[in-house]
Amino acid sequence: MFGGIDPSLLIASLMMASVPILLAALGELVVEKAGVLNLGVEGMMIMGAICGFITAVETGSPMLGFLGGAVGGAALSLLFAVLTQVMQANQVASGLALTLFGIGFSSLLGQSYVGIKPPHLGAVPFGPLADIPFFGKVLFGHDLFVYLSIAAVAAIWAFLKYARGGLILRAVGESHDAAHALGYKVVRIRVLAIAFGGAMAGLGGAYLSLIRVPQWVDGITAGAGWIALAIVVFASWRPWRALLGAWLFGGITVLQLNLQAAQAGIPVEYLSMSPYVITILVLVLMSSGRGKTALNAPACLGQNFHAAR
Amino acid sequence: MKRRTLLATAALGLSLAFGGAAHAQDKTKACFIYVGPIGDLGWSYQHHQGALAVQKEFGDKVELAWQESVPEGADAERVMTQMALGGCDIIFATSFGYMDQVNAVAKKFPNVKFEHATGFKRESPNVSTYNARFYEGRAVQGLIAGKMTKTNKIGYIGSFPIPEVVMGINAYYLQAKKVNPNVELSVVWAFTWFDPAKEADAAKAMIEQGVDVIAAHTDSTAPLAEAAKSGGKVIGFGQASDMADYKPSPRVSSIIDNWAPYYVKRVGQVMDGTWDQVDVWAGIKEGEVEIGEITDAIPAELKAEAEAMRDAIAAGTYHPFTGPIKKQDGSDWLAEGATAPDGDLLGMNFFVEGIKGDIPK
Repeated sequence: MFGGIDPSLLIASLMMASVPILLAALGELVVEKAGVLNLGVEGMMIMGAICGFITAVETGSPMLGFLGGAVGGAALSLLFAVLTQVMQANQVASGLALTLFGIGFSSLLGQSYVGIKPPHLGAVPFGPLADIPFFGKVLFGHDLFVYLSIAAVAAIWAFLKYARGGLILRAVGESHDAAHALGYKVVRIRVLAIAFGGAMAGLGGAYLSLIRVPQWVDGITAGAGWIALAIVVFASWRPWRALLGAWLFGGITVLQLNLQAAQAGIPVEYLSMSPYVITILVLVLMSSGRGKTALNAPACLGQNFHAAR
Repeated sequence: MKRRTLLATAALGLSLAFGGAAHAQDKTKACFIYVGPIGDLGWSYQHHQGALAVQKEFGDKVELAWQESVPEGADAERVMTQMALGGCDIIFATSFGYMDQVNAVAKKFPNVKFEHATGFKRESPNVSTYNARFYEGRAVQGLIAGKMTKTNKIGYIGSFPIPEVVMGINAYYLQAKKVNPNVELSVVWAFTWFDPAKEADAAKAMIEQGVDVIAAHTDSTAPLAEAAKSGGKVIGFGQASDMADYKPSPRVSSIIDNWAPYYVKRVGQVMDGTWDQVDVWAGIKEGEVEIGEITDAIPAELKAEAEAMRDAIAAGTYHPFTGPIKKQDGSDWLAEGATAPDGDLLGMNFFVEGIKGDIPK
């Protein structure tokens, strides 16, 4: 204990608070690695939140709820895929439209679900492990999705780095013309990546409405999708750094509230803006190193591909 | 050619719409802007209930229009300008942060009446302000909190450091302190009216530090949902709306804002031409602040005590801010037996003695 804050509880709630933005950021990272800029993360998250919530309430099973959330997010992202990959619409505009549409549509779907309590998903039972001082609380007291989100970081990192599929995905993102010339189906790969990103964002949203808040209210994501987008840039498209970024962003929110509750005399405003200050600093530092960011950003990010030749 | 046809149709549609508006002049149009979604089940929901009551009262004679989730700031000005241009006769702006926009738009449309909730600026004769004495409800909650806490730590989730909220914190603390001298209050500022995840996090942070009674001045039910996870150890209150879904515990009581009578009255005055500028501040007595059912999670004795306080406030025999009260820095505020003048309350920017921490500037 220092200053009335129990560090083990703080770390535990930090890990939990960062799950939604971490999942969404990982999905968006893969999408951007494939060369697509989908600004609709917020919309897909909130669709995941409501679809997951409805599924969980109707079936009584939180796990099915998460599945429903992933499907909801992916379904919305396919709309984006059709617009940008098939109809060659502008990605930035389509992404923004997706966000606005998702927020409105989720509110419509959620009309009759306001104020209902969803089925509860408890912590993973680790038995005696949870009683270990400090580490028990930090590591072994969470629900399944905290562990799954960290496993997803490892899986995506390994996939992008070692798997053949990851190499193809990156090739499509770096130079879609070259990938096309080699015979890879650029559009198909991008559509799959977009659907994956949508599913991950949907999971993140479902985590919000089923575990973190847990209820449905209009506008439940309250900007979490935008933070996920910032994390991808902050992480310079690397999965482990995305984890760091999510903990930083999620952690500072939690720390900020804890410091207030503990009546520490630190002005709230500094803490509230610190994640963004750090993001700016990181961006400045990275780009000062002779365009390292430029090297790391997928070269075809945000460009539409049309196999004209 | 196709495109031209489309344009022509659109133009026709527009002219029909405007023509329609011109014909509908005999109907009074009442417009509302909300800071959150109607589905927040709290603040904005309750205002919308008031709007629906207006429709119910006057039926065909009024037309309603509303917009949800309008951010405080430039957007609000655009929305209100649009409403004024769109034929609204009276516009209810239902958040404190719309204050400057209300006054700016009101100057441009002298024939439209503006009603601003919880504000204090009335720069032109067509702006009225109205407010509810929420602090009266907070006092009742403070009594319950002080008696119910086992850890002697009670919490308050503040939205923004404005007099409205500071007043509520002080009323809550004073009453809790009166019945439980060991009570400690921790205040967390969320800097938002509506962000369920953040509200839940704030509640969580307090619970982790041993707080077992939580009052929230934000608009969603998230703090109650968080308290519900504790399995009965932590209790809280419904804010702005009854939040009856969390009965009987963690929601042990609530403050309900009942705007309906005021809205019906004011729209009626617009219709018969008797509307004039007012500054209304009504409380439990007038029925604008209601104390939601106190559940059985509270001992019967305490329940009776809380209800007695409610009735005393309604009867005017008890004022939640009755001296002697000192400010946080130890200086005197109210002398023995004196009650707080409204002016002091509406500009309240200090904590009372005993509350730790500063009000953010």
